[in-house]
Amino acid sequence: MRDAASLSPLDRRIVNALQAGFPICERPFAAAAESLGIDEDTLIARLQALREANVLTRFGPLYDANRFGGHVTLAALAVPAERFDAVAEIVNAFPEVAHNYAREHRLNMWFVVAAESVEAVARVLTEVEARTGLTVYDMPKTREFFVGLRLEA
Amino acid sequence: MELSDRDLDLVSVLCDGLPLAPRPFQAVGVAIGMGEDEVLGRLQALQQGGVIRRFGVIVRHHELGYRANAMVVWEVPADALSAVGRRLGACPEVTLCYSRPPRPPAWPYSLFTMVHGKSRGTVEEAVAVLAEREGVAHYRHELLFSTRRFKQCGARYQRRMAAE
Repeated sequence: MRDAASLSPLDRRIVNALQAGFPICERPFAAAAESLGIDEDTLIARLQALREANVLTRFGPLYDANRFGGHVTLAALAVPAERFDAVAEIVNAFPEVAHNYAREHRLNMWFVVAAESVEAVARVLTEVEARTGLTVYDMPKTREFFVGLRLEA
Repeated sequence: MELSDRDLDLVSVLCDGLPLAPRPFQAVGVAIGMGEDEVLGRLQALQQGGVIRRFGVIVRHHELGYRANAMVVWEVPADALSAVGRRLGACPEVTLCYSRPPRPPAWPYSLFTMVHGKSRGTVEEAVAVLAEREGVAHYRHELLFSTRRFKQCGARYQRRMAAE
């Protein structure tokens, strides 16, 4: 298991710089490398190593789901402990379900549903209620104050 | 912004991430029969249109040493929500800040923030410090630590909205 303490100073600089942005041009690694004061080959090699070490999940765009049309919501269930795994299996089987997290609370299962319309999301939630017999708490985002998702390496 | 099928092809192929090669956008284009110029043009338009929030590396917080994450939820009255949301959203400890409709009595909370830390203890301490410093400690709040993650990216989600 890799953690921040084992990243070299160069890797740390790369991770921090490239979380902030990456040029969209023909030779983006060359351009990014130049602003880091290294060459293109070195940057690509370090990124490959960081990916193999699982520090990076991927390298690419972070989308704003709201700009796609469609609808996204966060839903929660209060699942009795002895049924938890069975209910997780039912919920995770829907292709519209993205993240699903167990959290410590009476509402102990939290999942994101994304589909092409409000109605399509509602159908999934209704179906989850029918198959589990549990009340779904539907909590779509009403305002977004901040999305950073950047972590200091 | 209205997305064409060509845009969605591009979004879809980029779900797996950019190849680590000197001309990555050319390589991406080859997979979907699109020239490098078209790939660059569409991506720039998607970024300007706000569909792409940012382009860059996406880290695994667990492997970076951030072992604990808590969804910290606050019961903030409607008339204070904007001010408190903006205030907490501006805090360095907070990586996400949204308002969502409360569902009383089961769920009274209206403001959701995410706080990551190296351990559960550091997250608890960070939230206590933040609550005091920002003058929001009097709002009822709870920390919901995640214990397991089942699924990272659904099929549709992957095609249409990766990484949200």
